[in-house]
Amino acid sequence: MSAGKAEDSQALVAAEGGLPGGASPRAGRVARRQTLLIPLLAIITALILSGVLIVVTDLEVINAFTRIPRRVAEPFTDPASEISLEEALWRHPPEVVVGDVVAVEGKDLLVVETVEDAIKQISLADARHLYPKLGPGVTIHLNFFQKPTVGLRAAWKSLSVAYSALFEGSVGNPAKIAAAIRAWMAGNPSLLPEAFYPLTESLVTATPYILVGLAVALSFRAGLFNIGAEGQYFMGGLLSVFVGYSLKGLPIYIHLPLTILAGIVGGGLWGAIAGFLKATTGAHEVINTIMMNYIAFALSDWLLNGPMKRPGGFRPITPEIQPSAMLPSLFPSPIRFHAGFFVALACAALVYWLLFKTTIGFELRTVGANPRGARYAGINLTWNFVLAMFLSGGLAGLAAANEIMGLIHYMPNAFSAGYGFDSIALALLGRSHPVGVVLAALLFGTLRAGATRMQSAAQIPLDIISILQAMIIIFIAAPEIIRAIYRFRAGREAGEMLFTRGWKV
Amino acid sequence: MTAITQVTDPQALRRSRTLGVFFVLVGLAIYILFVRSSAGAQVTVFGMNPGRESQALKIPNVTLPVLPSLYAMAALSVLLGFFQLARGFGRGEGLVLGVAALFLVLSFLTWAGRDKGLNLIGILETALQRATPIALAALSGVLCERSGIVNIAIEGMMLTAACFSALVGSVSRSLWVGLIVAVLISGLLGALLAVMSIRFKVNQIISGTAINILSIGGTSFISSKFLQVYQHLNNPGKFSNLPLPLLARIPIIGPVFFESNLIVYMMFVLLIAIHVLLYYTPWGLRTRAVGEHPRAADTLGVDVFRIRYVNVILGGMVAGLGGTFLVLGSVPRFDELMTAGKGFIGLAALIFGKWNPFGAFGASLIFGFTDTFQAKMQILDVPIPSQFMRMAPYLITMIVLAGVVGRAEPPAAEGQPYEKQ
Repeated sequence: MSAGKAEDSQALVAAEGGLPGGASPRAGRVARRQTLLIPLLAIITALILSGVLIVVTDLEVINAFTRIPRRVAEPFTDPASEISLEEALWRHPPEVVVGDVVAVEGKDLLVVETVEDAIKQISLADARHLYPKLGPGVTIHLNFFQKPTVGLRAAWKSLSVAYSALFEGSVGNPAKIAAAIRAWMAGNPSLLPEAFYPLTESLVTATPYILVGLAVALSFRAGLFNIGAEGQYFMGGLLSVFVGYSLKGLPIYIHLPLTILAGIVGGGLWGAIAGFLKATTGAHEVINTIMMNYIAFALSDWLLNGPMKRPGGFRPITPEIQPSAMLPSLFPSPIRFHAGFFVALACAALVYWLLFKTTIGFELRTVGANPRGARYAGINLTWNFVLAMFLSGGLAGLAAANEIMGLIHYMPNAFSAGYGFDSIALALLGRSHPVGVVLAALLFGTLRAGATRMQSAAQIPLDIISILQAMIIIFIAAPEIIRAIYRFRAGREAGEMLFTRGWKV
Repeated sequence: MTAITQVTDPQALRRSRTLGVFFVLVGLAIYILFVRSSAGAQVTVFGMNPGRESQALKIPNVTLPVLPSLYAMAALSVLLGFFQLARGFGRGEGLVLGVAALFLVLSFLTWAGRDKGLNLIGILETALQRATPIALAALSGVLCERSGIVNIAIEGMMLTAACFSALVGSVSRSLWVGLIVAVLISGLLGALLAVMSIRFKVNQIISGTAINILSIGGTSFISSKFLQVYQHLNNPGKFSNLPLPLLARIPIIGPVFFESNLIVYMMFVLLIAIHVLLYYTPWGLRTRAVGEHPRAADTLGVDVFRIRYVNVILGGMVAGLGGTFLVLGSVPRFDELMTAGKGFIGLAALIFGKWNPFGAFGASLIFGFTDTFQAKMQILDVPIPSQFMRMAPYLITMIVLAGVVGRAEPPAAEGQPYEKQ
């Protein structure tokens, strides 16, 4: 078993690029190319699969494909009774739904978006409006078999609406951007904010992602699986908002760093508990951090409804922080881009320096690669587990402080947008490397900003992002799947990444 | 005596001391928290009959004088603690710990219900109801982990099963169809976990987390796309209680155990079946062998991969049954993230129960009991904010994991992918 551990640790060190002699130069090149190719293909595959999900859960598409062709009953064919379509619809409510083709005297009419409730009947008012003079002999058939384009067109429409909303919400409308730049060249900058709003919004969304991604990446490097970034985020937010609103009259150069520090300490201590329990009792951090998430939620619920509640209000939110604790906003009002983005980037550089250029980082990585070996080498496991979880939790707490100080300026009850699980996907996608995490965070920020637009434009729930993330994690963790789909060979035989073990230390 | 302590390993010694101190602390806690805030002549009436229509024979309620019983329980706990510190209970430690915990709970109930009365049967009933999904999660863990696969995805499997049981049950208008489809789908998730961990040798914690995220995203997607928009898609109805003839008439035991719904009975059947299968059949022997030493099992001709696949898929289905209970067995509707960590608590129960079916069930009962507390205590308006009561199950999970009950040994080969040679 110890032999297996040694192999794993070698694979890990090799994956970090620390042992160049471990593989042949050619294999090394292939491996390096694949470290970029596989995440890329993983994202593309995940996007394709979520596209499929979007299409198959679209009611219009479902209707367009699955309605069986039928001829509406007798009243239509009885020439004696001059029955109108609306009456027919009235008598046969479930017969017509969105996406149905209504054939009238040889002409095809596509009935779409004329239904109050997509699952129930066409509204009489709409029917009257659309078909004022319909006589007998109406056949209603939907008809993938007679008219396959109906279903395909519906599917295409669903997909293109969704993904163009995703694109416009994340990057912006290219035509608008071009127009704004042209106007700006001509000396009129007034169009710029609107055109670039989506792009800046993506960066705003990416800011906490960078920090929580770094948090989990750092814990991965130390061989710990911090699944509790969510709870640490809450605790960091609570402490930093408390420092932000309760200390009054401090100058900005004291209050601002103090508030940031409070976020780090709040999240860090909350994370360190799990690290300490792991080191001293062997209790697995995965379960402990999740349990501490729930405890943090309950605690914040209590604080926001009790001691920290904003006076004179009904909503469970804290008072607004002092202006001296607010991070400066860099652009005028509609654009929410704030200095926190650069704080996050600086943290990424700091984490890189800490992990790869200092003794502390070397110890952390050694503990992560091979705890047993680290112990024999005289490295204090307890201290490193606690330190790793403190730093990890501190980064998550900093993410919260950043959000509060730069963006919302108070702490609401529904504070997190599911950062706990997002952060895992980020760390995996970024290969636990600060640069990779920043790139992954930019991608996720872009996707999430776009998904918000997608939700409003195409009624696709925001949760599609979680599904996307889960698929990306699966593909990155099991690159054989990607290799099998796209038919290329493995660059290296050894395992890709190994972070945590079973329940034992 | 000294000779014995010398041969026991220092960890065990430290643990037994910790336990002794813990028992003493329980006694002190009872005194400080409860005795000092109760008055002399108060009594607590424990209701012994269910508060609903029941076939059980009626029995008289139990009246306890508050102060004497509190004193008795505090003194007994302290005595247990001193005995543990002086002599040690040895193998009986777990049982004594259970007794101490019972004292703590009972004294809390006595204190909380003073002058008001408390329906004990109602509490036990609810506790069993709340323990059922946790027990099923733990049983799912037994199946997977005994064969060497860490299943952290139980939470996600339960959530998915809950969602599909609501959706399919509503669409098909049949509870059975909803139940079966949900269990099959969560079996599929089990298969996904198995393929990732066995075929692709992905780190099992990561593959489990991926499934959890997939389930959270997928069920929330379905919920906000369909279930919240069309309420009739989220109204499957629930399995009604099914009193067993004769057994339901027994006082106390009858209303608690034998007037439950179908899924609770299924849980008991599974509990016994898994216990028998695991310890008395060739399949169980192979499972345990594969979990402890897959290479040795392989050498003896056991198909390691097959055993693991079968167990993980079955485990997924058992977890799915737990998820359906949350919908078809209690509130007949699906809400986003309704499992609220029950899958993880089930894992803690599994560890608490030392990877044994009955141990895991016992631990689940404790969690179910704690969970019942917060609901009941709010009704009794105990002066503790409800949010703190809500933390209790999670805190206890952490305490359990920290090894108050003693370090349990997981199956040796757990979490490691097997390479065939």
